[in-house]
Amino acid sequence: MAVATRPPKRHESIATWRWGDRVAFALCWAAGIGLCLIAALIVGYMAIRGIQYLKPTLLWSHPSGEVDQSKSGGFLDPILGTVLLTIIGIGIATPIAVATAVWVVEYGRPSWLARAVESGIEVVAGTPDIVLAIFGLALFQQGLFGWMSFTAEGGAVFGRSFLTAGAMMSLIALPMVYGNTREGLQAIPRHVREASYGLGKTRIATIRRVLLPAVKPNISTGAALGMGRIAGDTAIVVVLLGATLRLESEGSVPGANVLKGTGSTLTSYVYNNSPAGEGNAAEKAYAAAFVLLLVVVALNFAVDLLARRGAQTGLEGTRLGAGR
Amino acid sequence: MLERLRQPWPDRRAELMLGALACAVLLIIVLMVVFVAREAWPTFRHNGLSWLGPGGNVDSQIGTMVNGGRDFHLRAWPLVWGTVLTTGLAVAFGLVFALLASIFIVEFAPDRLRAIIVPVVRLLAAVPSVIFGLIGILVLVPFVGNHIVTAGQKKSVEFVVQLSGASLLVATVILTVMIVPIMIAIIVDALYAVPRTWKEGAVALGVNRWRAMWTVSVRAARPAIIAAAVLATARALGEAIMLSMVSGSVGFAPNPFDGPLFLLEPLRPLAATIVEDAESLQAPAVRSSVYAFALLLLFSSLFLSLAGFLAKQPMKKYGARI
Repeated sequence: MAVATRPPKRHESIATWRWGDRVAFALCWAAGIGLCLIAALIVGYMAIRGIQYLKPTLLWSHPSGEVDQSKSGGFLDPILGTVLLTIIGIGIATPIAVATAVWVVEYGRPSWLARAVESGIEVVAGTPDIVLAIFGLALFQQGLFGWMSFTAEGGAVFGRSFLTAGAMMSLIALPMVYGNTREGLQAIPRHVREASYGLGKTRIATIRRVLLPAVKPNISTGAALGMGRIAGDTAIVVVLLGATLRLESEGSVPGANVLKGTGSTLTSYVYNNSPAGEGNAAEKAYAAAFVLLLVVVALNFAVDLLARRGAQTGLEGTRLGAGR
Repeated sequence: MLERLRQPWPDRRAELMLGALACAVLLIIVLMVVFVAREAWPTFRHNGLSWLGPGGNVDSQIGTMVNGGRDFHLRAWPLVWGTVLTTGLAVAFGLVFALLASIFIVEFAPDRLRAIIVPVVRLLAAVPSVIFGLIGILVLVPFVGNHIVTAGQKKSVEFVVQLSGASLLVATVILTVMIVPIMIAIIVDALYAVPRTWKEGAVALGVNRWRAMWTVSVRAARPAIIAAAVLATARALGEAIMLSMVSGSVGFAPNPFDGPLFLLEPLRPLAATIVEDAESLQAPAVRSSVYAFALLLLFSSLFLSLAGFLAKQPMKKYGARI
C-alpha cells in the first residue's frame, strides 16, 4: 500500500479498495436497498389488494357465519373488538409501567431488587405472546377470577373474555411504555430534581409535579407503540378472546356484559378468513388486513408526531429501534 | 378518599406503593412458571424426558388425545425439530442480512436514503405477524407449490408427505423478514454508540471506510450483535400465527439428508401447535401436552431473555442505551 502523500478527499473513491472490500460494500448496498424493496412490496401489495376488495359497506355491517361470501357480512364487530381490546390493554399497562419506571429510576432501593425488576421487564418482553395467552387461560380459569368471564353451571370458569384478553395484552404493551418512560426520566438532568428539592418539595411531589409532566411525551410515545403491538397481536385473541365472529355479551349488566363476553379483532378475523382458518375468504381477509395495516401505520405516525413534540421540549429525540 | 389523594403524599408510603407495583412484574413471571408447569406436569410424569425424543407419528398421537383418550403418550421431536430448524435458519440468514444493512445505515447510506430506510425498518417491525402470514399463505405458498416444487418431487414422496408449497423454505424466508428489523434496531444503536474517535483513529491510519467499520466498530459492538441474535431467537421461537399459516401444519420432521427437497418439506413448530390445539383443551391429555409445549417455550425464552440482558451489559460501559 502506498503512503498517502496528499490529504485524501472527503470521500475516497472505492476504485482504490481491495476486491474483498468492494464486494462487502456492494453487499451492504444490496442489503439496504433490499430492505426498502421488501417493505415496498409488502405495503404495495396489501394496498392494491385492500383497495380492490375493500367496500365501505364492509366497514359497518356485522359479520355472519355464512359460507356464501356475498352474505357473510363485513367486519364491524372485529373493528370494535380491536378498539375495545386496545383500550383495555393500554389502560391497564400504562399506570403499572409508569409506576415501575418511576420506582426504578427515582428510588431503586434496594438496588438488587431494582435490577431484578428491570430484567423482569425484559423477560416479559421476550416471552412469546402464545405463552402469555396460554398462561392467561390457566390463570383466569381459576374460580377467583370467575367475575371476569363466563361461568358455567357447574362452576367451571370459561376464562375467555375481553377482560382476560385485555389483561394479558397489557403485558405485551408494558415493556414499550416502561422503556420509553425510563428513557425520558433518565434524560432529565439531575439539576432539575435538585432545584425542586431545594424548594422544599419531597421526592414524590417532585415526581408528580415536575418529572411526570416532563416525560408525558415519552409516555405517549410508549403508549402508542404499545397500542400498535396490541392491535397487531393475534395469538392472545385466538386463544383468550374466543374469536367468536360477533361481540357476544355475557350477563345482564350493560357495559360490563360486553367486557365479560367474547368477540374477535381484526387480526383474528384475518386469521380465520385466510385459508388457514375455517372461513377461507381471501377477499375479506385482504380487506380486513389492509384496514389493520392502516391502523398500525397510523399509530406509528402518531409516534413520530409525539416524538417530535417531545424533541421540542428539549428532552428526547426519536430513536430508531423504539422496539424492544 | 379523592380528597386525600390530592393532599401531598408522604414520601415513604409513596415509595412503598410504587415499589410494590414494580414487583408485580416479578410476581407475574413466577405465577407464569408455576401455572404452566403445574398444567404440564402430567405429560412429563407419563413420558419422562423421552417426551422430547422421536418415535411414532406426533399428529396421530395428538389425534388420539383429542378424541378423549387418557393416553398421554407423546413424542414431540418433530415439533421441537421444526422449531429448531425455522429459528436457526432464520436467525442465521437474518443476522448476516441485518449486520450488512446496519453497516449500510450507519456508514454508507446517503442522507436522503437514510431518511427513508429508518422509518422503513420501523414499519417492517410494526407489521402484524398475521399480515406476514396472509401474504405467505396467499402469495408465496402457491408460488412455491406451482413453480418450484416439480411434479416428480411430489410423486417421489407422496406416500410420506404432501408437498403443497407450504414448507420450511417459505416459513424461513418470512420469519427472516420478521426478525431482521429487531436485529437492525439493536445493532444500529450499538454502532452509533461506538466512540467516534476510535473509528477516526483507524481511518487516520489509512484503512478505508469499510475496514474501519468492520475491524473497529463492528468488533466493539460485538456484545450488541450477540444480544440482537439472542433477542431475535426469542422472537422467532415464539412466532405462532405466521408459522401456523405457512408451515403446512404437518407434524413432520424435515430430513436434511433429502437434499434440496428438505427445504420444500412441510413442518409444524411448537408455537404453531399450541395455537392449533388451543380449541381442544378440554381433553385432559391435550391440555397437558399443550402446556408442556408452552413450558418448553417459556423456559427457552426466559433463558434467552436473561442471556440477552447479560450480553448487553458490556455495551453500557460506553453509554449505549440498548
